[in-house]
Amino acid sequence: MIKFSKQQLKIPKLMRPVYLVTAGQSKFGRAIPEKRTEELCIDALTQASELIGMSPAELKSYIHSCYYGHFADHFGDQLLGEAVIHDRLGLDPLGNIGVKTGGATGGSTLWEAVKAVASGYSDCVLAMGWERMDEVPTDEGNFLISCAADKDWESPLGHIYTGYYAVMAQRYWQIFGKAEDSFRRTLAEIAVKHHGYARMNPYAQSPMKITVDDVINSPVVAYPLRALDCCLMSVGAACAIICDEKTAEEMTKDSPHKPLRIWVAAGSHTLRPADRRDMEIPLLPNENADQYKDLGKRFPGGDRYPGFTGFLGARMAAWYGYRMAGVKDPLEDLDLVELHDAFTISDVQTYEDIGIRPYGEGRDYVESGDCYHTNPKTGKPGKLPSNISGGLIGCMHAVGATGIMQTFEVATHIWNRWAEIHGDDKRWKEFGRKKPKDWTDLQVKGAKRGMAISHAGVGSHVTSTILMDPDHLL
Amino acid sequence: MSMIGQVFVKGGKYKLKGNFHHLTPNMPIRNADDGWKLMGVTNPRDMTYIHMYGGEAPFFEALGEGKLLGTRCDNPDCEYKGTVYQPFRIHCADCLGKNTVIDMTETAKKKAIIHTFMVCERSGAFNLLDKPIKFINIEFEGVDTILMSYLSVGEPEIGKKVVPIFRTKNPTYTILDLSWVLEGTPKEELPEGFSF
Repeated sequence: MIKFSKQQLKIPKLMRPVYLVTAGQSKFGRAIPEKRTEELCIDALTQASELIGMSPAELKSYIHSCYYGHFADHFGDQLLGEAVIHDRLGLDPLGNIGVKTGGATGGSTLWEAVKAVASGYSDCVLAMGWERMDEVPTDEGNFLISCAADKDWESPLGHIYTGYYAVMAQRYWQIFGKAEDSFRRTLAEIAVKHHGYARMNPYAQSPMKITVDDVINSPVVAYPLRALDCCLMSVGAACAIICDEKTAEEMTKDSPHKPLRIWVAAGSHTLRPADRRDMEIPLLPNENADQYKDLGKRFPGGDRYPGFTGFLGARMAAWYGYRMAGVKDPLEDLDLVELHDAFTISDVQTYEDIGIRPYGEGRDYVESGDCYHTNPKTGKPGKLPSNISGGLIGCMHAVGATGIMQTFEVATHIWNRWAEIHGDDKRWKEFGRKKPKDWTDLQVKGAKRGMAISHAGVGSHVTSTILMDPDHLL
Repeated sequence: MSMIGQVFVKGGKYKLKGNFHHLTPNMPIRNADDGWKLMGVTNPRDMTYIHMYGGEAPFFEALGEGKLLGTRCDNPDCEYKGTVYQPFRIHCADCLGKNTVIDMTETAKKKAIIHTFMVCERSGAFNLLDKPIKFINIEFEGVDTILMSYLSVGEPEIGKKVVPIFRTKNPTYTILDLSWVLEGTPKEELPEGFSF
């Protein structure tokens, strides 16, 4: 599709307000040989219950239907894994359904869960996502992931997903980065930031204190992307409890935090980037058509939209999501974001797709320091901190759980519970991880609103999940 | 020695010959840090899928004959009539009408440039291409989409002209039968089995 009809641009509407009541997650790791997947899911649900002062059994008594995100059956060699998890969580005979949209599976699972509550079908639902990527050797894992490209036209070309992003990185670097070394260093800075934030997160798989030069000198996977530009391959689970207003109030009456309003919207684009035809840029509320009139002049070759440099799916997820939730300008209206940094380049592309910066100017979000918890240039709070969890590069990419982990991370800030959840010495010890001596509280002070972007393939499915303190709606 | 699994279709049914899977026993996985206690088992499996190309079959057959086929929407009622697709697309993305198959070999030989590229040093399991693999995305004049493939001879650069080469000797009937070289590459430099 290259033109929209009026019906297709309808602003999505929830039939009643929907709330995120609580959430939880397991430890994330490259391999967790000592636990089965259902043990990790139980860890996540147990944490969700503890955060609102309930036992798992009490929490379960509210759940009416279940939405399970698990992408890659072939990794675990288990079809109908949802039935296994549902049984082990002791939730039979409630209705449940599996959701699979690649890297966006977590976000899509929340999308389905929110609609189930909004429609009135259920008053309280479980959204649980997981992935188990440690049951095959890494090169076979890369092969299995590459099956999420077109199997006749793309997968045989190397069987490695990084390659499908690298062509976009090359094009973006040459057109919008003007082939400057400084742009390459900006990409590397993203990896330094995300591995660095992961050091403060006991759940995170890849905490690292590294430099820009370490990233630039790391082994090439698919030029120009190097090993440290890439997301992780992970094992883990995350969950969220989604409710209507009455149930949310009842469930949080003894909780240290209040339920948060939640909206989820979704967009999509072709599985093969090769199929993407030129079209006009759909404008976000903080943009106007004039600002893109001379895009091709400022960045020769950059006037082909979305081409290989933009993600139309992410643009549409934000297009619908902002209008549903009343967001006029993400930089002004939101306090933090968790973005799908599958690769450093896709992080930059997403800044533009969701309107944090206009198309062509994404690098400035990093270079200005706005994306940091504390702006390294000014020493003041970053304007819109991103990926404080460490993101997919530093924390995890347990595919089916990722979008839910991101949403939980945003919620911990709005609940003002980030330090409690991430700084607890017992948790570091339980996960067999050493809390760094320079552990820093990364709570975004006064956070009231945030967003998580969950993204599949090279942009085939994208969701935007927006959370707000109900006393600070827009 | 067992025969590699082969398939043909007769009377609308698959006819299978040879072995499609090979049996290998499970092996225990033990914990070297804790008295070699049992933690799991390996589950070896070697399977052969039967995959049909459907309406795209002419494209993959033509590669082995040295031809690049694309498709075009010729539906007079389609708002985007005339859209040319490469990759080959069976149905128009807009009207869902059946596209017309077109031979675009000559267009590809004369008017193809590199839209973007990357050089791949690592690959997943089962990769059949030599590393580093130079992936290129190819832009054709008059075509609305951009094909992904790989460069066999020369160094990739955005905007450089490329020409297609085809594995006409012992074709694999996959997308790997199509590759590209920089314009001006002599035929002596083509990889084994490929021709212009």
